[in-house]
Amino acid sequence: MNNYLTLSPNQNKLLISFFGKLTLYTIGIHEKQLATFNFSTFKSVVINLEEVSEMDTAAAIFIMNLSNRVSSEGLDVELSCSSEAMLQTLRLIKKQKQKSLHIPHAINRTLIDAIGKKAYSIYKNFSSFLSFLGKLFSTKIFYLKSLKNIRFKEIAFEINESAIKALGIIALTSFLIGVVVAYQSAFQLKIYGANIFIVDMLGISILRELSPLITAIVIAGRSGSAYTAQIGAMKITEELDAMKTMGFDPYIYLYMPRIIALMLAMPILIFVSDIMAVIGGMVVANLDLGITTDLFLKRFNDVVAAKHFFIGIVKGPFFAFLIATIGIYRGMMVKNDTQSIGFNTTKSVVEAIFAVIVCDAIFSIAFTNLGL
Amino acid sequence: MKTIIRVENLKTVLDNIIVHDGVNLSVKEGEIYGLLGPSGCGKTTLLREMVLLQKFAAGSINILGYDMGSIEYTAAQKLRKEWGVLFQAGALFSSLTIAENIALPLIEYTDLSRKMIDEIVEFKINVVGLKSSDALFYPSQISGGMKKKAGLARALAMDPKLLFLDEPTSGLDPISARDFDSLILELRSLFGLTIVMVSHDLQSINDTLDRIAVIDNKKIAYEGSLAEVASAESPFIKTFFRSKFEQ
Repeated sequence: MNNYLTLSPNQNKLLISFFGKLTLYTIGIHEKQLATFNFSTFKSVVINLEEVSEMDTAAAIFIMNLSNRVSSEGLDVELSCSSEAMLQTLRLIKKQKQKSLHIPHAINRTLIDAIGKKAYSIYKNFSSFLSFLGKLFSTKIFYLKSLKNIRFKEIAFEINESAIKALGIIALTSFLIGVVVAYQSAFQLKIYGANIFIVDMLGISILRELSPLITAIVIAGRSGSAYTAQIGAMKITEELDAMKTMGFDPYIYLYMPRIIALMLAMPILIFVSDIMAVIGGMVVANLDLGITTDLFLKRFNDVVAAKHFFIGIVKGPFFAFLIATIGIYRGMMVKNDTQSIGFNTTKSVVEAIFAVIVCDAIFSIAFTNLGL
Repeated sequence: MKTIIRVENLKTVLDNIIVHDGVNLSVKEGEIYGLLGPSGCGKTTLLREMVLLQKFAAGSINILGYDMGSIEYTAAQKLRKEWGVLFQAGALFSSLTIAENIALPLIEYTDLSRKMIDEIVEFKINVVGLKSSDALFYPSQISGGMKKKAGLARALAMDPKLLFLDEPTSGLDPISARDFDSLILELRSLFGLTIVMVSHDLQSINDTLDRIAVIDNKKIAYEGSLAEVASAESPFIKTFFRSKFEQ
């Protein structure tokens, strides 16, 4: 290509001539060529652009920098250019350079900085969650003040959305869990000829632990994420702000109905899950161990105390409260960009499941120590 | 004329950045008041502070005799029924139709019959220039301009004395924008509204505003009528109103 530069020294005068196109594709080579060049043996420099066919703004910046570099070394600079368009570009660059401040460099953070920042953000997050809970409880008092304040319609709508419509998936999941647990234990029990004990095992493990947990996990994945996404999207579209300016407190209209709906519905869902899981176990016991339905139910009645069932049910509202509050809180934390909806939805499900398991562990220890 | 909004020595700090430092302005009854300024100067923030969506660090905002810094819940609820707010993108409730959006405050706050509410809704829909047949669309089914009109209809639902508009003409085509301007003027003469708006649209500023406040560099660079804006010393005003000065 004919894009090149020549350096022609003439006593103490240097002529730098550019040829061909001077654009951001060609200045890289020129830059390298001139970077190591020693100007100090000359007294004046002429930059010749007469032979340049085309110049863009990047090249203009390059020329500007070159002439600044040369003049900073105490040399006289002369620009030889007759194209009005190019001169205009150069003038524009010069004007901008005088005006604009440099973009500040991002500060490099040390490890200590990063730890401090992270710790502070965790503290901030925690305190904002506490203030959310505080506002929630004060809203609860507002609900209790008068029956008229309770949004029955919204609660019913949410029960339908997050509980009734979840019945199918919870029934199916629980049935399969019942089948799997029964099948695995049947294999072990057969070795000892302790077939009938499958009833004790299934009864206690399903009613006490498995059903509440499975229900909570399905609801966390289904409704917890939905709450985050709904409220997050409402925040982005300023719907929440619009509600506030119209005097519709989102705590009363959006948050409390969801929490109450889930707390009411959860025990019922756990009950359904209990039934389906036990049926699953019963089917396997019948096919694999030859325990008839009659025998299974009679044994169930004899050995599985009602307390196991009630302990499982009691956990429901607590799990529901955790799932709903975390889902809603994460929705409120959504920032004004679409990425944060995904981020917060993921967080809400993970945190809700984690909180449910922690809560379950606490219940487990508490109930055992209470002798239940 | 009575002063409806008075902002005094307002200071706002967001994420350790000072947005306003000593902002003073006052809005009088019945005027269309514009908040102008370069991007990021805190016009929308100021508007959000006025409608109780955001807290400020120091100073005071007084609206219709209530102090926004220390207002109580019941007073705030009362005040909220007396103003209407139009958000930039309309902020219609996406799960409700246009008609339901407009009817919502009427259903919640009044004892009116369903039939009466329907009539009011129809009137508001027509007054902002929408067709009655648009009423049953959901927000996702209508255009940006229609969303703004529907948002305005919702803001007007309770017949407020005070209307806050956040960039009412942004994102509209020029013809819709001019229509919107004349609509705002018409509404003012029809209902005697006081309107506070944030705007970037020069044409709209020229056509509608009675008085303006220019926020620049954390302070009010100019407050007063549009005609005398040339007297102000601010680089933003010089560039923004250049075409106006040259006329």
